[in-house]
Amino acid sequence: MSNNQIVIIDYNMGNLRSVQKAFEKVECDVVISNNHAVIKTADKIVLPGVGAFKDGMKNLAKLGLIDILNKEVTENKKPFLGVCLGMQLIANKSYEKGESKGLAWVDAEVVKFNFSNSDKKLKIPHVGWNNVNYKNDNKLLKDIPNNSDFYFVHSYYFKTNEDIVTSTTDYGIDFVSSIKKNNIYAFQFHPEKSQQVGLQIIENFKNLKKN
Amino acid sequence: MLKHRVIPCVLLKDWQLAKSIGFESFRTIGHPISTARIYNARNVDELIVLDIDASLDEDEINTEIIIDIADECFMPLTIGGGIRTIDDIYKVLNAGADKITINTIALNNLDFIKESSDIFGSQCIVCSIDVKFVDNQYKVFNKARGILDINPLELALDYQKYGAGEILLTSIDYEGSGKGFDIELIKSFKDKLEIPIILNGGMGKPNDAVEAIKNGADAIAAAYIFHFSQFTPDDIKEEMSKNNIITREINR
Repeated sequence: MSNNQIVIIDYNMGNLRSVQKAFEKVECDVVISNNHAVIKTADKIVLPGVGAFKDGMKNLAKLGLIDILNKEVTENKKPFLGVCLGMQLIANKSYEKGESKGLAWVDAEVVKFNFSNSDKKLKIPHVGWNNVNYKNDNKLLKDIPNNSDFYFVHSYYFKTNEDIVTSTTDYGIDFVSSIKKNNIYAFQFHPEKSQQVGLQIIENFKNLKKN
Repeated sequence: MLKHRVIPCVLLKDWQLAKSIGFESFRTIGHPISTARIYNARNVDELIVLDIDASLDEDEINTEIIIDIADECFMPLTIGGGIRTIDDIYKVLNAGADKITINTIALNNLDFIKESSDIFGSQCIVCSIDVKFVDNQYKVFNKARGILDINPLELALDYQKYGAGEILLTSIDYEGSGKGFDIELIKSFKDKLEIPIILNGGMGKPNDAVEAIKNGADAIAAAYIFHFSQFTPDDIKEEMSKNNIITREINR
């Protein structure tokens, strides 16, 4: 086993294969697993995910993954990459299908886009390619030009008052499209589906040095 | 700003990619894996693959080939055809699809849309509506059930209400013709839905995409133009840009 093994958390929330092959493309030692021993020995953790927040938390709980993720990410400080739902799950709570609690690694909540009071009725979900505008330094965005287009597909977005926002994206409002807090990196868009610029993020995560 | 997408939409038949004309005659257009590779290299915004064997013959969904196609796609991939159960959706997503598209099951059972969007999120569920112009009005067409006395816009509104994330709207009269999109059809949908509409069927030249977007499409899908003309997805985007429709810029 290499000393840079990446585990993609399998919690039955779709999309895992796409994330895995993006890591394979940049020649990573990567496995998909929900086995506690595998997660414990892995060097880095990826939480992808497509689907509803409530089901995501339910599945993590059912597989006994909440405690081990808390331990490995917040205590052992393993580099963590959250993608889409995997970003939203690190918030305190979401209002998708009723209020539910998240992993609460950052002080944030996940709310639905609402354009009912705005002049321009934008479509929901926000789906397609949109610009990512840098705010603060994020090692995972290294070598990627500011304002590059990434692929988004979501109806809910991440709201935080913590000083962790590394980019925003304009969709009626400037919402948070990426954050970095210590060893925790998370993106609302899909790097694994954003061709060259996305693969660069994956490669940057691979090259990230452990603390 | 969100960009308007240009999406190749191809059919899978007998392990080959095919193109239909008015949903009837089929022509083989190439090998699925190499085609996916080319589309990926050309930086298309997304790819839709509809497995018509699974959809017509009640065959099992061919996950083997979906895996092979998905392996070539570092852009979003939507898979449809033959999806009848929640398990089918798990299978297709696990094979590497990002979204799924359903047609017959949605038409027969609105609750399936609700059930699937509850589990996978609305953004994952693309509902496909096939439309035919008959007796001076637009009607929903289904391969198994034929022309139905259902208004396509009303059906789309129902789909939206039950949790669809996008509508793939295909004009059968225009499909495979290269004569341009059915502009009257998209006009009748303009500003009516809160979810995005992908207009499909008929694109023959880059300016057709401009007309479709100006008249209410959020994204356009096509196959004919990419396989039977000299135009590439980039030509279409260039034409869109010239007409002040913003498309994705790619750093090469």
